[in-house]
Amino acid sequence: MAGVDIRNLRKQFGDLCAVDGVNLSIREGEFLVLLGPSGCGKTTLLRMIAGLERPTGGEIHIAGERVDGDVPPRARGIAMVFQSYALYPHRTVFQNIAFPLEASRLPRTQIAEKVQRAADMFGISRYLDRYPRQLSGGERQRVALCRALVRDPKVFLLDEPLANLDAKLRNTARDELKRFQRQIRTTTVLVTHDQVEAMGLGDRIAIMDRGKVRQVGTPEEVYEDPVDTFVATFVGQPPMNLLDLGDPALPPRTLLGFRPEHFLPRSVFQPDEDVRAFRFSVRRVEYLGSDRYVYGSISDGAATDTTVIAKLPATIALAIPEGEQQEFAVPRRALRYFDAATGSSRKI
Amino acid sequence: MTRAALRRLTRRAALYAAALGFIGFAGFPFYWMLVTAFKQNRDLYVGASDLSHVPWIFNDPPTLEHVKLLFGQTDFPHWVLNTLFVVAAVVIITVAVAVPAGYSLARLAGRWGERLGMGIFFTYLIPPTLLFVPFARLVSLLGLQNSLASLVLIYPTMTIPFCTWLVMGFLRSVPWEIEEQAMIDGYSRLAVIVKVAPRLIVPGILTVIVFTFTLVMQEFVYALTFISSVDKMTVSLGVPIALVRGDVYHWGALMAAALFTSIPLAIVYNVFIDRFIQGFTMGAVKG
Ligand SMILES: Nc1ncnc2c1ncn2[C@@H]1O[C@H](COP(=O)(O)OP(=O)(O)OP(=O)(O)O)[C@@H](O)[C@H]1O
Ligand SMILES: [Mg+2]
Repeated sequence: MAGVDIRNLRKQFGDLCAVDGVNLSIREGEFLVLLGPSGCGKTTLLRMIAGLERPTGGEIHIAGERVDGDVPPRARGIAMVFQSYALYPHRTVFQNIAFPLEASRLPRTQIAEKVQRAADMFGISRYLDRYPRQLSGGERQRVALCRALVRDPKVFLLDEPLANLDAKLRNTARDELKRFQRQIRTTTVLVTHDQVEAMGLGDRIAIMDRGKVRQVGTPEEVYEDPVDTFVATFVGQPPMNLLDLGDPALPPRTLLGFRPEHFLPRSVFQPDEDVRAFRFSVRRVEYLGSDRYVYGSISDGAATDTTVIAKLPATIALAIPEGEQQEFAVPRRALRYFDAATGSSRKI
Repeated sequence: MTRAALRRLTRRAALYAAALGFIGFAGFPFYWMLVTAFKQNRDLYVGASDLSHVPWIFNDPPTLEHVKLLFGQTDFPHWVLNTLFVVAAVVIITVAVAVPAGYSLARLAGRWGERLGMGIFFTYLIPPTLLFVPFARLVSLLGLQNSLASLVLIYPTMTIPFCTWLVMGFLRSVPWEIEEQAMIDGYSRLAVIVKVAPRLIVPGILTVIVFTFTLVMQEFVYALTFISSVDKMTVSLGVPIALVRGDVYHWGALMAAALFTSIPLAIVYNVFIDRFIQGFTMGAVKG
């Protein structure tokens, strides 16, 4: 069982609680993504799993073995890729990949063979004689992944491995990473603050905010059923609309939430469909090719000034004149409710 | 010719003029040493009374008399050997102590490392004039008076604090992550220090060497305090002692000595200058 179990883990830097009581159970073979805004403690959590940072409190178990305390990084059976890739600048690509193998005192011929096989897998055999400074960002990233993999670790820890790549390369690299993880089935923890990356890669996503894990779930669960307003607005682009309409049918101080892509002109829905209709004052329309974003506010009931965004796919060709009121609607099954005071979700 | 081309040309010319100015500034002392070292005494001193005399050219044919004086009637070759010996010993001691100390303070001592490093640096600021009396007692207690060993003992008290601090500052600019990566890749901390860290701090070590070299080459006060016999002197002490007799300056021989010591130094510096500056700016200036 090569999972990772984290129990009530804490890390304090002075008065700052970078990781604040995290409980997380990562299953064997799983691809778990840690997602959260900058500075929420993702890297710190990862570094504690790796053994580079000593926890202030709590427990870490890797493959059933307790490792917080004095187990050094090299004895934890992990491999890590830093955001900077941390390639050894004075070693060639071959020597970089061979370095972890030299530590395990493998015979030379076996090392060469393993390096060659791993390099073939990542398509970097051509660069084996080059130095890291002679490689592009994408190539460096592959060398770093290759070096991490060559040791057959129990757990992969990846800290924003795609952040330094340009947008186009990032898409292919994401696809490669996912395919590669499916193939070798090693437990993987990846840190990112890019939600598209998280949704695309993770079997499950753990969403962190200010040192705490807010929600753990599959991409669908996290997107469809956010446990609180933080998750609701952090995941999804544009973010979920949240409104306090003072609706008498709802308990007091309840926020109504719905995704922009569910907020469409009434005429798009069947007349008998169970929808909730709104009067929507359109302020501005943004044309983005595949979508249109419509900005405005709700003007019925206890009208609010809160900006509401609708995301209309290009397949809806209706004209939306700016500055006019329109009948918009949200299917009832797409409505979510949150407690206005605590932010946590409410079932109604 | 177009205006743009003309402008480019003037800019070029200005650049070269500036560069020439700097070359003159840097090269003139060498030229002056060279001319003075090979001038006949009459040619050297007549300018004081005869204002029409041109001082920066050979008016009389060059002569080797000053060089002969330097090598024949003083212990100059001895002093060079002594200096080389002291420099080598002090460089080895300084590197052996300051590099591990700076590394440990920067990487292993946590928050206290920084403060301790500052404290160590401050000891460098205590002037030799305050220290040479207690040092003299120490040296005579150890029975090292009038020996090169006394200098080898005392000079590291100046070089080690500064170089420790230099290495710390340099390491702050070398990302920790490469060493952490090695720990994850299966190496113990000790193995990391032996196998990975040295390559990363080569520019820092070179800076330490150059700094130590410079300091030892020019040191005068301690050498004067501890060394009394002529054959045990270093260049920086022997040359002024032997060639300034009362108020008689043997300018030609003095300049010959300066020339013969500074030219090899200039060559060494030029070979290492890039790395030297890298070490300094990465560590001391930015840090
Ligand atoms: N060594 C340290 N000393 C003091 N504070 C630290 C240290 N390392 C991290 N922190 C603080 O802990 C908090 C969490 O940092 P961390 O690097 O884990 O964030 P992150 O989620 O990885 O952010 P990013 O997405 O920007 O990488 C930050 O506020 C950071 O300033
Ligand atoms: Mg981070």
